[in-house]
Amino acid sequence: MTRRDLLPWVLLMVAALVPWLAGLLDQGYYVGFVRRMMIFAIAAASLNFIMGYGGMVSLGHAAFFGIGAYVVAIAMVHGVTSAWIAWPLAVLFAALAALAIGSISLRTRGVYFIMITLAFAQMVYYLAVGLKHYGGEDGLNLAQRSVIGLGLDLASETTLYYVVLVALATVMLLLNRAVGARYGRVLMGIRENETRMEAIGFATYRYKLVGFAIAGGLAGLAGALFANHNLFVSPAALHWTQSATLVVMVLLGGIGFRYGGLAGAVALLMLEELLAALTDYWHLPLGLILLAVVFFAPRGLAGLFARRGAA
Amino acid sequence: MTTTLLVEQLLNGLQFGLMLFLIAAGLTLVFGIMDVLNLAHGSLYMIGAYVAASVAQVTGSFWVALPVATLVTGLVGLLLETTLIRRLYRRDHLAQVLATFAVILVADDTVKLIWGPAPIMLSAPAALAGPVELLPGVLYPSYRLLIIGVGLALALALYLFVTKTRTGMLVRAGSSNRDMASLMGVRVDRLFATIFVLGAMLSAVAGALLGPLLAVEIGMGENILILALVIIVIGGIGSIRGAFVGAVLVGIVDTAGRAFLPDLLHRFLSNAVAAQLGPALAAIAIYVLMAAVLFFRPQGLFPARG
Repeated sequence: MTRRDLLPWVLLMVAALVPWLAGLLDQGYYVGFVRRMMIFAIAAASLNFIMGYGGMVSLGHAAFFGIGAYVVAIAMVHGVTSAWIAWPLAVLFAALAALAIGSISLRTRGVYFIMITLAFAQMVYYLAVGLKHYGGEDGLNLAQRSVIGLGLDLASETTLYYVVLVALATVMLLLNRAVGARYGRVLMGIRENETRMEAIGFATYRYKLVGFAIAGGLAGLAGALFANHNLFVSPAALHWTQSATLVVMVLLGGIGFRYGGLAGAVALLMLEELLAALTDYWHLPLGLILLAVVFFAPRGLAGLFARRGAA
Repeated sequence: MTTTLLVEQLLNGLQFGLMLFLIAAGLTLVFGIMDVLNLAHGSLYMIGAYVAASVAQVTGSFWVALPVATLVTGLVGLLLETTLIRRLYRRDHLAQVLATFAVILVADDTVKLIWGPAPIMLSAPAALAGPVELLPGVLYPSYRLLIIGVGLALALALYLFVTKTRTGMLVRAGSSNRDMASLMGVRVDRLFATIFVLGAMLSAVAGALLGPLLAVEIGMGENILILALVIIVIGGIGSIRGAFVGAVLVGIVDTAGRAFLPDLLHRFLSNAVAAQLGPALAAIAIYVLMAAVLFFRPQGLFPARG
């Protein structure tokens, strides 16, 4: 095991210690803050999977995130509080939406793909705005967090933190396995040269569609966790700038690197938090930092630490 | 649904569509010729509107504000092109997305620093405050008529520029095959800068003209940017004609959808359902239009690249 292989485990340990440390320093706020980072890390990692390995740049990923969040919130309104029902439903709905949207969008390429995913995400956004029964533009409050049983109570900030941590670790494990497996290799082959992959007999459309649906489902999981984290969902979670933020996270972290999405989510939210503490005008320095990344770290943060040529 | 209302809404749609065209024209040329996906194009529109509002407040004249805003935004565009966009030509679309998204963040906060976070007022010229009678019984605000006039004139001028002038020929050559054009000796960097500044100025005109109708506020660029992107994708990237058709289509579909869809739904559905569904469907209409166009013509209506 090299030092590089150890890094994820060290990070996992550090993340596991956060609530204890926060309690020690009497800084309970940071439990929620790190939890939010981890939730967005799941969403960004799922986007990195299709963007970095499948070459599918989606500007509509927030739609699936939002669908997951709304499914949990709406289920709650109708009295379904069990996480074991609501969360899988959130993943299922998001994945099915991704399947439907992907099946049409994947007919297009490049910039047109970016735009058509954006169009569909906008449709979902306005649908959410139109859900007058469920808050419409104002959003929807959750009466309580999902009930998970097993002697765990998600009302506790720390318990929810660990549940999110387990979810993140599982998603990273799953995605890393997928990338290393035959499926991931085929996906990368399609990214490099789709015509050639098709010529040697791979049903490229189907491979891409499955990847798109998996990523959508995982974003839905992140959304379900976010609804629990926030106890509130609103159309803002589905706005196109949210999709753009996810893309920015992936690019900032390092597109196509195993931990690119995770690194980007953590870095961007940390930057926001830091800059917002310093000044009201925090977009300005954030923009300048992102510009610096474009020119001085073209492969993102992960690219700075990677060996030359590795991806 | 009366004829008066129909005419009025169609004119509103045309008026909105023409303004969208001014924004989309620059975007489609920059995209088609330089292959740069410039998300910050909406910010130029915002800057145009803000400068126009400030100048109008100081001088009290809308007619001074319009050209000043156009010039200032052109200069901002020139600055942006020479310092940043020029370095992005050789990069992939994702680097461009990240960089120009960063420009949006910087532009929004800079505007907030200068003008403050609250929306500001830009009034239409007093002489054009009242309505005019188009047909017997059909009244229409004269300011909106002016916008239609300016929009049509600029569209015509742009059309003549692209089809009849030498620079326009180079633009078309660059649009259909960039590498070939530069191999044939077109001085691409100068052409790029010209196009970029032209696009910035056109967005500023749209920003100044739409200012009195829509709110002049931070974030106005982001909303209009999405519409402009939808338009150039419908029309076919790089095509001025496509941008024109797409813009008028989107303007009319959007305006008419908002005006008539709720009423139309009332005829088929119960009131409660229609009241809920109407506005949502109206907002979605243009995205359905775009998805449908892309489904049948994945390259848009008028592909510029042969």
